[in-house]
Amino acid sequence: MDFDFSDEQHELRHQVRKLLARWCPASAPREILEGTESYDRNLWRAVAEMGLTAIAIPENYGGLGLAGLELCVVAEELGRALAPIPFSSSVYLATEFLLAAGSPEQKKGLLPRLASGEAIGCLALSERSGVRRPAEQVTAKVSKGRLSGVKTPVADGDVATFAVVAARTDSDDAPGLFLVDLSDPGVQRETVRTIDPTRSHARITFRDARAEPMAPPGPASGIIDAVRDRASILIAFEQLGGAERALEMARDYALERIAFGRQIGSFQSIKHMLANMYVATTLARSNCYFGAWALSSAAAELPQAAAAAHLSATEAFQLCSKNSIQIHGGAGFTWKSDCGLFYRRANLLALSLGGPRHWQRRLVDSLRSAAA
Amino acid sequence: MDFNDTDQEAEFRREVRDWIARNAPTELWETLNSFSFGQAKMDSDALMRHSKAWQRKKHVGGWACLNWPKAYGGRGATPIERVIWQQEEGVYAMLSAVFTLGIGMCGPTLLENASEAQCRRHLPKIASGEEVWCQLFSEPSGGSDLAGLRTSAKREGDEWVVDGQKIWTTGAHYSDYGLLLARTDFTVPKHRGLTMFYVDMKTPGIEVRPIKQLNGQSEFNEVYFTGARIPDAQRIGDVGAGWHISLTTLMNERLAVGGVMPTGFPEMLAFCEALQTDAGPAIEDPDICAHLAGWAIRHLGLKHTSNRTLSALSNGKLPGPENSIAKLVISQTLQEIAHYAMSLQGDWGILVDEADAVDEGRFQAYLLRSPGMRIEGGTDEILRNIIGERVLGLPADIRVDKTMPFNQIPVSGTAPSHPAAARSDVVDNRAV
Ligand SMILES: Cc1cc2nc3c(=O)[nH]c(=O)nc-3n(C[C@H](O)[C@H](O)[C@H](O)COP(=O)(O)OP(=O)(O)OC[C@H]3O[C@@H](n4cnc5c(N)ncnc54)[C@H](O)[C@@H]3O)c2cc1C
Repeated sequence: MDFDFSDEQHELRHQVRKLLARWCPASAPREILEGTESYDRNLWRAVAEMGLTAIAIPENYGGLGLAGLELCVVAEELGRALAPIPFSSSVYLATEFLLAAGSPEQKKGLLPRLASGEAIGCLALSERSGVRRPAEQVTAKVSKGRLSGVKTPVADGDVATFAVVAARTDSDDAPGLFLVDLSDPGVQRETVRTIDPTRSHARITFRDARAEPMAPPGPASGIIDAVRDRASILIAFEQLGGAERALEMARDYALERIAFGRQIGSFQSIKHMLANMYVATTLARSNCYFGAWALSSAAAELPQAAAAAHLSATEAFQLCSKNSIQIHGGAGFTWKSDCGLFYRRANLLALSLGGPRHWQRRLVDSLRSAAA
Repeated sequence: MDFNDTDQEAEFRREVRDWIARNAPTELWETLNSFSFGQAKMDSDALMRHSKAWQRKKHVGGWACLNWPKAYGGRGATPIERVIWQQEEGVYAMLSAVFTLGIGMCGPTLLENASEAQCRRHLPKIASGEEVWCQLFSEPSGGSDLAGLRTSAKREGDEWVVDGQKIWTTGAHYSDYGLLLARTDFTVPKHRGLTMFYVDMKTPGIEVRPIKQLNGQSEFNEVYFTGARIPDAQRIGDVGAGWHISLTTLMNERLAVGGVMPTGFPEMLAFCEALQTDAGPAIEDPDICAHLAGWAIRHLGLKHTSNRTLSALSNGKLPGPENSIAKLVISQTLQEIAHYAMSLQGDWGILVDEADAVDEGRFQAYLLRSPGMRIEGGTDEILRNIIGERVLGLPADIRVDKTMPFNQIPVSGTAPSHPAAARSDVVDNRAV
């Protein structure tokens, strides 16, 4: 047993942090927030050049063929830096869907371009508000190879080259998965406003757009669940990185700011708030590590580990980002303060991939079957 | 990263499993398995007898105090091996509760601070369960503020004469020895005047009086010292070094105590699995599911955190103040679970007798025991201070008595108040 990352993985973390310090300073997400771009192209190029988009892609498709653990390390660093790039859509989701369900031609066509960062993929699943199983949400339809329907919100849908779309066919009851080139004339997309514009989202309208079925044909809910489980662990690492950075910022401020002639960190109410943030972050880290192991070893505990990592990291990031504002006082509530960036990201990621209710159910169900 | 056993670990696990299968008191399994925290279903004499028998067996078999050196009754095992043992010992570990203080706290304190002779004399007997130990630290005047204790030890030749009162001493009524922190100098600041000893609990001048606690049980005691004489050979470390030594005890306390406390989560999951509500099975209810998930991530998070601590220990790092997390999280979780489980029981939630109450009154027992959990071994507030100050590096609390000679520090009930100063402070700030 060994419950820590290896020395090589720690070294990778160090390298990624260095790259992000150069290409993703605090001003990077802010520029996306305040500007008109949907993501940071220079950062995306730097990340791709370092090979981070190629990590989990097999070598015969132009990737590095590494396991999930390396991706976890990268995810944590991207989360710390609030990297404003379509990494999660393209790498944790689209790439994984291709690996799990792409035909040999689809893989050959897209994986090398995903590895180099030239192509960006996204997942178009969501159609309606409320809590539903992913398959039940789907009304989009494919008939004779043509897709019609509206998907919203689609993370990075406005900048992606292609989408993995869940849609029904005439023959199957359950939705299947389709690959759609987003430059198709039947595709119309617009950016939608969200609580965190540093991670862009779109509404995509499909009108008789060409849609290629992914393999295997037929019900795709098993594949959707499996890919979302894996992605949720990576998102959890992003949340963990964000939580830890928000905690650090709050701690540093508590040491620097003086009130009533004392550092505010010497007031117990502030100290205890920070201690609670540390506790939540530590529990999240431990749950994430178990998730990392489950991800890299395809353990039977994967669904449980995924849900626990995601819920626990959601709790930590939400707690740290909101308390960080509180500890910064009025300064934390200004537009200029970075506290707001973390708060936005925390609450966006909390609802990615289905939201807490989906993961609560998945966690409890998997614990029940483990106990039975 | 690997959460699976290595070949070597798997082999060790097989050996442990095998030994436990052949030696554990399997006839007690049922009783032990339905134990809940603070509610033993066995009278205390029987529990002590069974506990000692199991500990002795483990010691003879070479499974007691796994991480202690062999010379002192241990096995010199690795931290991972210790965890494998704990996992496999399972429910029989409940028979070790009476030894928690001796094995988990007093033993490690001796290991680190006592002389070779003292270690050889006592550690093997602690390991075998022959000697039960308790911790004589807290006093009416000093709990959280442990260094504020007033029990005095005065030197007379080769002996020390002890006077004063200890309180909340768990297990003093059945202990053979106690680790005693006492004040040997009242004229220096409080942290510098303390010295560590150990005492034979049958020494004349020591009187133990059980205290009835909130849940009706009596786990802890008042202990009075009136002219009790302790040989200087039972002093641990230098005169005046007691504070520093007590910190090793407290650090180990956080590890030892956090490891044995239940979060109540597996019991809660099983309870909800079986429970029917008006709207169908409780476990299908989204609100109940959300609550369960919230406790599950703490329960699992603590388990994986202790695994990570283990990796750090295996790599030669020392247990740090971050271990304050376990008890802090566990005690709150247990209390919340108790409240919620009872709320799901409706009117019946108030019943406590094994025969009447739902789940034999398990959650009611949790409810009545958990407040103590949030106090013993450091209150929630003190644990947060530790995390804030020693882990996150925040400034220490303002301590007005830190450099004062001990005999000039105000005591409870006579503390000076500063109403004028406090008021003007507030008014000034409102005006700004
Ligand atoms: C079940 C149980 C078993 C125990 N077993 C033992 C034992 O075996 N041996 C032993 O020596 N002791 C034992 N204790 C004693 C225990 O260690 C003390 O009760 C504990 O340290 C708290 O001290 P106190 O009771 O004096 O409370 P106090 O220190 O008077 O605390 C009262 C309140 O003030 C708060 N407070 C105090 N100081 C601060 C501060 N600096 N910042 C913020 N809040 C503060 C506390 O958090 C608490 O809420 C046991 C206690 C219990 C409940």
